[in-house]
This record gives sequence, structure tokens and C-alpha cells, in this order.
Amino acid sequence: MTPLLAVEEGQGGGSGLSNSPSVDSISHDCSGLKERNYLGFSECSSVDSCAVSGASDEKKSSLNLKATELCLGLPGSLSPERDLRVCSGKPEERPLFPLLTSKDGLCSSSMQKNLVSGNKRGFTDAINELLEVKNAVYTSGSWIAGNAAMDMMLASRELAAVKEAGPKSSTECSSAVNQNLTKAANNVPANKARVIGWPPIRSFRKNILATTSKDNEEVDGKPGPHSLFVKVSMDGAPYLRKVDLRNYASYQELSSSLEKMFSGFTIGQCGSESIPGKGKLNESKLRDLLLGSEYVLTYEDKDGDWMLVGDVPWEMFIESCKRLKIMKGSEAIGLTPGAAQAEIPKIKN
Amino acid sequence: MNYFPDEVIEHVFHFVESNKDRNSISLVCKLWYRIERFSRLRVFVGNCYAISPERVFARFPFMKSLFLKGKPHFADFNLVPDDWGGFLYPWIEYMARNKVNLEELRLKRMIVTDDSLELIAASFANFKSLVLVSCEGFTTDGLAAIAANCRFLRELDLQENEIEDHRGQWINCFPECHTSLVALNFACLRGDINLAALERLVARSPNLKSLRLNQAVPLETFHRILVRAPQLVELGVGSFVNDPESEINDKLTSALQKCQSMRSLSGFFEVTLSCMSAIYPVCENLISLNLSYAPEIPGNELIKIIQHCRKLQKLWVLDCIGDKGLKVVADSCKELQELRVFPFDPHGVRNGAVTEEGLVAVASGCLKLNSLLYFCQQMTNEALITVARKCPNFIRFRLCILNPTKPDAATMQPLDEGFGAIVQSCKGLRRLSMSGLLTDRVFHYIGSFAENLEMLSVAFAGDSDAGMLYVLNGCKKLSKLEIRDSPFGNVALLMDVRKYETMRSLWMSSCEVTMGGCRTLAKMMPRLNVEVINDSGDLDKHGDDNQVVNKLFVYRTLVGPRKDAPDFVWTL
Repeated sequence: MTPLLAVEEGQGGGSGLSNSPSVDSISHDCSGLKERNYLGFSECSSVDSCAVSGASDEKKSSLNLKATELCLGLPGSLSPERDLRVCSGKPEERPLFPLLTSKDGLCSSSMQKNLVSGNKRGFTDAINELLEVKNAVYTSGSWIAGNAAMDMMLASRELAAVKEAGPKSSTECSSAVNQNLTKAANNVPANKARVIGWPPIRSFRKNILATTSKDNEEVDGKPGPHSLFVKVSMDGAPYLRKVDLRNYASYQELSSSLEKMFSGFTIGQCGSESIPGKGKLNESKLRDLLLGSEYVLTYEDKDGDWMLVGDVPWEMFIESCKRLKIMKGSEAIGLTPGAAQAEIPKIKN
Repeated sequence: MNYFPDEVIEHVFHFVESNKDRNSISLVCKLWYRIERFSRLRVFVGNCYAISPERVFARFPFMKSLFLKGKPHFADFNLVPDDWGGFLYPWIEYMARNKVNLEELRLKRMIVTDDSLELIAASFANFKSLVLVSCEGFTTDGLAAIAANCRFLRELDLQENEIEDHRGQWINCFPECHTSLVALNFACLRGDINLAALERLVARSPNLKSLRLNQAVPLETFHRILVRAPQLVELGVGSFVNDPESEINDKLTSALQKCQSMRSLSGFFEVTLSCMSAIYPVCENLISLNLSYAPEIPGNELIKIIQHCRKLQKLWVLDCIGDKGLKVVADSCKELQELRVFPFDPHGVRNGAVTEEGLVAVASGCLKLNSLLYFCQQMTNEALITVARKCPNFIRFRLCILNPTKPDAATMQPLDEGFGAIVQSCKGLRRLSMSGLLTDRVFHYIGSFAENLEMLSVAFAGDSDAGMLYVLNGCKKLSKLEIRDSPFGNVALLMDVRKYETMRSLWMSSCEVTMGGCRTLAKMMPRLNVEVINDSGDLDKHGDDNQVVNKLFVYRTLVGPRKDAPDFVWTL
């Protein structure tokens, strides 16, 4: 199977590729080409198409075939510009990634923008059609199983490929591009907001670096050490959570965050109140639950002792806290407050 | 081959070690299937819920070595709740009950309990090797049980596990007659260790080749250990802190010089910088150097060390090495194959971190580079294109830009072209992780060119379902796909449901799939487990189809829904 076919196969499992013999011949003619960027995305100079790079003569004769081929490429831009583009140099010497063919090795940003926008427009067309088809099918309630759906996708692609859409003006294109870019930008979390699980570093590593680099804080004015993950468990809750103590600056922040996290369970606990919806609990009621007699927040320190949260200064607390536990008030009797613990010799129940 | 007696065929199979090859062999004919299954000694189970212990041992009754993987990869980044699953105990319990002759156990991301470890120690008389990577749920008491009872234990390797350290005497528990230790790695333990017992253990282990100490082992002990064990090949230093005036520095230097076999160095959790020169002689022969847990070594010292490491093949560092340091790497380490650069300070704003320049420098100088994990502040398409051209041999390429949707720093364009160049040039690429501003186009490239891609990690990328579709359609060898925070929904999920049976697993979190889509998938594909993980409590199990599913984990299985799922995990 030629590389070209392999590319096509990716879109549809091979059904409906009636053009394959011709495609074969094209690839064989362009002998020195090896695997190429058939879809032509990264070809620099102009609005592009899924052209086989290299021999232009063969291409001309196969233009019509190309138009009906299942290029994921740029159906909207199968335009006369293709003929004008000169194939520079021998295929072997032609750089693989034409962004480097410019003089200083970098396409100007406007060229790139045109490239992006030209490609985007036609590409988006095809995929939008495809997706409209899919959405219609899906919402109608009867889902078309695998292969049939695939055929529909192929059909809509071919339609788009044959359409001879003229070259799009750059303003049209750029609006489409901008739309896409702003959509992506809207997904960006606020700069300072911490995204869960990002950057993707094992919490084990984060914690190790935090504990070992503490002393370097003043040395070169670096910001303070990073994440300090501790497990939080709650009596009666089915699972543990992990919190990063560095995210909080005070006990108040920590406890309100824990309240939110475990609110699901306290609702269950307080039974008799019929609370509509899923999580709308009166905040003060919850705080009463957590900080009142029902639950207390305790922590295990470096020495393995369980202590009540809240008595030592916050900085001291996060240095020594290994694990948190939300205990029922009744079970927490006998825990001595943290500050007292530091002064008297260890007296545990 | 069919004219030979079975014993001959079996003998030939003995030389086939890769399990992928063995799987192919067993498909040839029934005879070969039968011979292969009786001769397979090492079994790899990539997803512990894809198969049951019963069926594994029914097929491979003579297995001696088991490698099990549990939680999905994103569990490393706190995206999977702790109690999701991956319990070891049922496997050990079955093997113990059925008298399997287990000798080696390797685990990744599993929940291991002290009970499991004690059962291992009690049940497998020939147990030789325990390797735990990113596991949790056990304490040093479990280690004590292993140490005390596994008479022939050769290897105890604990990598990055969360172990509750009872500061007990687990290392004492190796009996005096235990002399077979070859590899011991307890670098991830946080607590103190009985230093005298450690030294005695080293002294009576003449075959000890690999020793990785934890932070609690001070320099003096380290020195004594070196003197006793100059044959060490792999060494993890604990604490490298010392009074610079002390005479021990010279002793240390001479002890290190005697370690002619030393090839791998790691650790250095805390250091006294002026003592670092003691390790320069060892650096000449190093193949592997891991300083990613050494935040106290600044960039200029790292440079000094690396300049000596001419034969280095694997380097893990923190990004305080800077672009400048990476240029030194490029000049000095011509044999480099694997590079990992971790962020010293993931959330802060730092000046010393690395950029695209460092990467281009390394790619230009280290032409054998094939495996990369790179955390950086910024990247450009031009840099990635250059890297792709200079290093077409990448097998693993993982790039993480600390700001997840940052575009090309020079042109403000998406990074589609750069990653496109990588997949187009690196034909052997098996694993790819991307970041930065990325549109559907990069997925188009991946689907078109990444023919050998087995694992793809996607975060904050793509514009529409088309992105995911390109990958599912194009990457024929795709085995693991993990996606977070990307706009892929039911259309992409359901387009080619049969694809998921050819893959190990699919993870989607914070995407746009709904309960309806998941239910449809589950209904269409009974041999997949479609797990909706409702740890935030937002979903209603019997509710509307339109509810958006925050965390979805789909994997193929031969044994149906698992029975140990917690309440918040629904197998549809």
C-alpha cells in the first residue's frame, strides 16, 4: 500500500476509494518522493491543497481526480493557484517542512496566517458538514452503526472536495480563524488560577521538591516552595481526597474548601432536612456541622500524633501536617490542641 | 517448524522474549498456541481489570513473573480519586491459593496493602524480585515482612511510592543469612533508617549492584558503604551534606575513585556544593544521571558535573539547568538518548527555566536522542520543526508548556505545525504528549502521519470533535488515548466504537461527552467497561442523558464490569 493510500485509509476504512488505481500511478510516477506531506498543510507559499509535492505535470492531468479524492486537506482551496506554484529543486533536496524555505528560516507571520486561514476555511467547511450530518443522525434518536456512519462521512467529504470554492478572501478566513482562536482562548484558565493536575507532575515529585527546597527560599529570592499535597479523609465518606495546602493562606480558607469538598456527605448525614437539588446546603448550617459539635478537623503531624487543627500558627501547621481527617466530634475527645502539645511532654490517651 | 517435536519448538520459543512477539506466535496455530502458553514465564497485564487472575493463570500455568498495571496514567496528576481501584490483594490471594510459583512481581499504580505484602512473603518460597512503581497503600511494616521471609530476595525496588514510614526497623528484618541481595532502592522512604543495619546488610551482600538510599542516610554512612561495596553499578546518594573542612571529603573522593563499575547516579536530595567535586571522577563513566530530585544543585554546578559526563545516555535534571546548561549538555553528551527536564517550581514565575532554545541546542548536539520529557516556559513552531529535522529518531516525545494553552512565543500562532513536523519526521514515534495552543489541525497531522503511535496525551487542545476523530481514524496502533479539557463530545466518542476494543484504554476528563453518549457506548460495546467517575457528586446516575460527564474511563475487558468499584464509579 502506498503512503498516499495509507493517508486516505485513515479517513474511512477504505470503502469508496474507487480512485485507487490512478492514485497508485501518480505515486509511482513521482518516484523520488517517499512519504510526503500529501495534505500540503505545511507548504509555505500559498493557499494550498492536498498536492503531491514534486512533479507538477502529472499533477495537472490528475487535477480532477484529486478533486474527488478523499483529502482531509483543503477542499475549499482546490484553486488555480496550485498550477502556479513552482516546485523548487529536486524532491530529495526539498526540505520536508517548507516553513524553512524562507530566507531567514521563518515564514513571516502574515504568510503563516494566510496559510492557516486558507486551510482552516475549507477544512472547517468539510468537517462542519460532516458534523451536521452526524448531529442530525444522533439527535434523531436512532444511531447508525459504525460502517454506515463511516460511509456517510465519506460521502459528505467527497461532496465538499468536489465543490470548487474559489480562493477565500483573507478577511473571511481570518474571522473563522479568530473565532477558533478565541474559542481556544476561552478555555484558558485565568493566569493565576491553578488548574487541577497541571502541570502534569507526580504529586510525589512535587512534595519531595517542596520539602527539600524549603531552605532555599531566602537564598536567591525564589518564590516559596510548591505543592504540599495531603490526604483528607472523613468518617463515613466513601473516598479520600487530596488537597494542596499551599493553595490556602489560612485556616479559614482551608476549612471552607473542605466544607465544599465534603458537603455531599454531610447532607447525607443530616438526614431529616429535605434539601432540594444536589448541593445547595445552607453554608452556615454546614459550617455549624463541620466546626460545631458534629465534626472536628484533625491532622496527623510529623511525629504521628493526631491533633486538633487550628491552634498553631498556619505556617507551622503546614510544615508539620502529614494528613487531615474530619472526625466525628465524639471520637475527637482526648485529642490535645496542637499548641499545648508542643510545650508538654507527649501525653496521649 | 511443524516437523519438529514439540520440545524443539519450545526451545526455539525460549529465545523469544518480547511478549508482543509471543502473542503473535500464539496466533499461528493451535499447536503453537499450546506450546507458547506453557513456555511463557513472564506475563504482562497492562490493565489489571482487563482480565482476571483465574484466566491469566489458566492460560499460563508456569508463569514466574507478573507485571501488573492498575490506575490510568492521569492518576499521577490527581485526576483519579484515590480509591478508584487497582487493588493487588485479589491477585496475590489467588496466586497463593493456587500455589503459583511466583518469583517476580512488578507493579505500577496499584494499591498495595501490608496484607498483600505479608501474603507474598508467606506464600512464595522462591520469591526473588519486587518492583513497585507509583504504588501506595502500604507501610514499612509490609516491607519488613518481605525482608524477613523472602530468603532468596534479590531485588527490592521502590520507585516513587507513597509509603507510610513507621520509622521501624524494617531493614533489620533481613536475616543475617540473607546474602543474595542484588538491588535495593528505598529512596522514596521519608523516614529514618537503621544505619548500622544498613551497613551490615551491604557488607554481607557481595552481589549488590544497585543501591539507592533515601534522604535520611548521611554522608558518613554513605562513605562507609562505598568502601564496603566498590562493585556498585548504580548508586543513589541520600544526603550529600558535609562540613567542607572535614577530612572525610578526601576519603570520599578516594572511595569514589575505586568505584570503577559505577554507571548510574541519582539522589542528592540535599548537598553541600563544595563537596560535589568528589563525584567528578565517577562522571567519566556514567551512563545514567538523575538529578531531578536535587533542587539544591544550581545551574552552574550542574554544568560542571555534566561537562565530565561524556558517555551519558540518560539525563534527568531540573530546569534550573537553564538553556545555557542544555547547550553544555549538547556539547558534552554526544551519546545522549533520553532527556527529562522537570520544573523546579511549577507554579512560580521563574527566570531560570528552559525555553525552546535549550531544546533546539540539545537536538542539534545529541543526535541519538530518542526519548524526551521537557517542561518549559515557552515553545515555537520553528524550534519544533528544527528538532524534528535533526532528531528523526524519537520514540517518546513529551512536551509540557507550563501555561497549558500558550501559543508559539514568537508568532503567537498555534503549535500545530511544530508538532506536525515531529510526527511527520519521527516515523518510529510511539508516545506523544502535547501542550500549548493547539487546534484540530495538529490532530489531523497526527492521524495522518503517526503510524506507530501507541500512546497520546492531550490537554486543552482542539476545536471540535474532528480533532479526536482524526486520531481515532488515523492511528492504527493507538493503544492508550488520554484527553483532558478538550472540546470533544459524543460525536467523536461514538463515531467508531469498535476502535476501543483495539485499544487498551481511553480517558476523557473535562470534555463534552454526556451520560447519553456514555450509555450508548456501553450498550453498543459489551466488551468494554465504560466507567463514569462521579467523584464530584454532580451526576445523577439515573438522570438525564444531557448531563455532562466529567470523568470517563473506557477500557476493553474480557471479564465484564469489575466488582470492586467504589460507589462513585459507575460501570454503565
